[in-house]
Amino acid sequence: MMHRYMPMTEADREEMLKVIGISSVDELFADIPESVRFTRDLAIKEAKSESALLKELSRVAAKNADSKQYASFLGAGVYDHYKPIIVDHVISRSEFYTAYTPYQPEISQGELQAIFEFQTMICELTGMDLANSSMYDGGTALAEAGTLAAGHTKRKKLLVSETVHPESRDVVRSYADGQQIEVVTIPQKNGVTDIEELKKLLAEDTAAVLVQYPNFFGQVEELQAIGELAHDNGALFVVSSNPLALGILTPPGELGADITVGDAQPFGIPEQFGGPHCGYFAVTKKLMRKVPGRLVGETTDDQGRRGYVLTLQAREQHIRRDKATSNICSNQALNALAASVAMTALGKTGAREIAYQNYAKTHYAKQALENAGFSVLGGNAHFNEIVVDCKRPVKELNKQLLGQGIIGGYDLSLTYEGMENHALFAVTEQRTKEEIDALVQEMEAVHA
Amino acid sequence: MHNENQPLIFEVSKPGRIGYSLTDLDVPEVDLTKLLPETMVRKQDAALPEVSELDIMRHYTALSNRNHGVDTGFYPLGSCTMKYNPKINEAVARIPGFANIHPLQDESTVQGAMEVAYDLQEHLCEITGMDEVTLQPAAGAHGEWTALMMIRAFHEANGDTGRTKVLVPDSAHGTNPASATVAGFDTITVSSDENGLVDIEDLKAKVGDDTAALMLTNPNTLGLFEEHIMEMAKIVHGAGGKLYYDGANLNAVMSKARPGDMGFDAVHLNLHKTFTGPHGGGGPGSGPVGVKKDLAAFLPKPVLEKNDGLYTFNYDVPQSIGRVKPFYGNFGIYLRAYTYIRSMGPDGLKAVTENAVLNANYMMRRLEPFFDLPYPQHCKHEFVLSGRRQKKLGVRTLDMAKRLLDFGFHPPTVYFPLNVEEGMMIEPTETESKETLDSFIDAMIQIAKEVEENPEIVQEAPHTTVISRLDETKAARKPVLRYTPETEEELVKA
Repeated sequence: MMHRYMPMTEADREEMLKVIGISSVDELFADIPESVRFTRDLAIKEAKSESALLKELSRVAAKNADSKQYASFLGAGVYDHYKPIIVDHVISRSEFYTAYTPYQPEISQGELQAIFEFQTMICELTGMDLANSSMYDGGTALAEAGTLAAGHTKRKKLLVSETVHPESRDVVRSYADGQQIEVVTIPQKNGVTDIEELKKLLAEDTAAVLVQYPNFFGQVEELQAIGELAHDNGALFVVSSNPLALGILTPPGELGADITVGDAQPFGIPEQFGGPHCGYFAVTKKLMRKVPGRLVGETTDDQGRRGYVLTLQAREQHIRRDKATSNICSNQALNALAASVAMTALGKTGAREIAYQNYAKTHYAKQALENAGFSVLGGNAHFNEIVVDCKRPVKELNKQLLGQGIIGGYDLSLTYEGMENHALFAVTEQRTKEEIDALVQEMEAVHA
Repeated sequence: MHNENQPLIFEVSKPGRIGYSLTDLDVPEVDLTKLLPETMVRKQDAALPEVSELDIMRHYTALSNRNHGVDTGFYPLGSCTMKYNPKINEAVARIPGFANIHPLQDESTVQGAMEVAYDLQEHLCEITGMDEVTLQPAAGAHGEWTALMMIRAFHEANGDTGRTKVLVPDSAHGTNPASATVAGFDTITVSSDENGLVDIEDLKAKVGDDTAALMLTNPNTLGLFEEHIMEMAKIVHGAGGKLYYDGANLNAVMSKARPGDMGFDAVHLNLHKTFTGPHGGGGPGSGPVGVKKDLAAFLPKPVLEKNDGLYTFNYDVPQSIGRVKPFYGNFGIYLRAYTYIRSMGPDGLKAVTENAVLNANYMMRRLEPFFDLPYPQHCKHEFVLSGRRQKKLGVRTLDMAKRLLDFGFHPPTVYFPLNVEEGMMIEPTETESKETLDSFIDAMIQIAKEVEENPEIVQEAPHTTVISRLDETKAARKPVLRYTPETEEELVKA
């Protein structure tokens, strides 16, 4: 058969068979024992033409409610932010997206330099000494931070705050299970990590304390105090951080973090039903040789020209095999490129401005909701999310909001005990005053 | 000298320039220093670049011109399946109803996305011969670890807690032993025999009641089909272990043989290889895992199901290994793979494998007179040449790989698998024309001649790239992993 992705003609095949010295392609599969040979046709859908398939899938996509048609107040780790149009133009250059991992530096300088710039931007935002070339996502990055800490300290217990994203905590637990690492939850109090409870839990076997900044409830944790407690007990301090918030928040690197991880999705990466996003992993210098995944370093060629290579590869699976620090191979390179372009477009002033707008809009929403008689958890130390007592089941409320063109907040009763009727609303810079006002009005209307 | 360097984006930055467009704030201004504790407010802006939109586009266009992709030219990188990345995939992934949906929306508002995911699971079950598939793992290595965690949970659920070892052939991908370690197992290496296949006697000697699983790539990394697969399955199953299929090389056997029919209990697929992901310069990937019925109870949560025409995520999976990734995997990538499978259909996928295998065998036979071929039988989708003949003349495989760059080709995978001296692993894929294969073969033959007549030209290659061989020792000895104006000065001095 001929297909637009396969150029071999019948004449080509005849010539090639002759060179090989066989009369039929079947002979090339003769080594597959008859007992396991698959002889029927695959029972899958028949091929569709380009236009027919595009039409079908466009119709399927239209069954979904997307954040371009609806005003979305859903965050909880994935956000609807400004995506500079230039991002898609850069990542659509197929020299980037059809390339493999840059193992041949002479013809991969573009990708390598772009990653080097990504590593630098992550360092700038987080205040850490170095960052790797990316991880799958924020959740697995946090999990690998936990296993790194256990390996580094030779201790077997992780203390994870209840205010860390519930799905990330699940992933931390799954990774820890494999290596017989115990995971203990630090309870929250008023939406932040309970420091008194943390003090009780810290012990000689604590490998690390893991918190989120801003945390799952949108609150800004007191990193310095938590970090000092961790360090006093010989444990590492791991911070999972939304990098966009760091446009206005003090970087974790200045507040004692040994490892800062997170997801760069807020920078130019679409929600995409939860993936692919872009985990990042940044550490202090002392942990440089323990970092999972690929690192790009600067060097020179024999003529003194500057160039970039994958470096410190002795940590990695293709060299160390069962002694590697992690099994990660593929990462999120193309999304790291997308994030780099978005961070570059925002630049020094835009990174501050966008973070500031997120705070200001959320603060406006908080006050509007409070004025309307809703109670909002915590004070002003929030970023772009707030926890609101909706006074009725969130599922019910969200159904009504949807009818008004609004995607409501995250239903906290799904994951937290005692949080019936509580929703987590995200108010990014994309939400207009009108949309925020409409949300508040709808919430009031329900109770009228 | 420094002027020749491609500037970093930080080096074209100029204070005051901007490249963004934000809507003016339509709510009251706030004073962060009054609302937030002083310790929380950032004092100094992150030193991100200050550039115009055109500056950005020129910068990244220049970088892209310093990069080789499949669309640039032939990319016969063994075990990586560098086939053409169809453009309809990119179009589908960008449809707003797929690109801009949130994973935590009410299920009733994302039925279209769940429908595609469910249908893909069904297609992958049929293609692999497995009973259930999860789309949650983000990449191949992540899938390996996920499946090993399930195998561990299976044994533990049977009270079989002494199975601490995972058997891995010496020709296996590096991720196999690394994943075994991350899943808490010890790795035991099984040798290959003189035909490049797993040494059955060595397998028999190493398998036992402490065996959790055997991880196997079939065809293996030499491009050879493990003919004794049923015997191996019997040995491993007989000892109570499970059989794990590394799907990196699935392109070689699609619709010719299915892992599920070969006795495998679990399999991961690299959708960014066989199913045109694309590779993206190193990711994102997608690494679904398929399993047989007896492992299904341990699948990661949530499990995507279809009930009365409605798609739902089932979180009530008591024996599940838990969540391996936030949300539901790399949807944007498996959506591309789904688009590809639907573009190919059953006849198309069969033709993919036949053409991929034909191309590899044609290249192998044409190159055989010029290079050592340690395993001369028919190959599958890839084959491994040895450069030991050339090494005797003072030219290493690395040199020949670099010389290929001067001909505009991406080199093969080199020095892998580990059991071939000076190995060159070549995988042409089915999307390349005979003309392309011939021009690569001609280049290889010319290089073989150069090794005999003029070795320096090979030893000093590449000659035409934007940069010549880089000092990797220097990069590792004193690592510079980020830009600062000071490190740039030092680099120039050194």
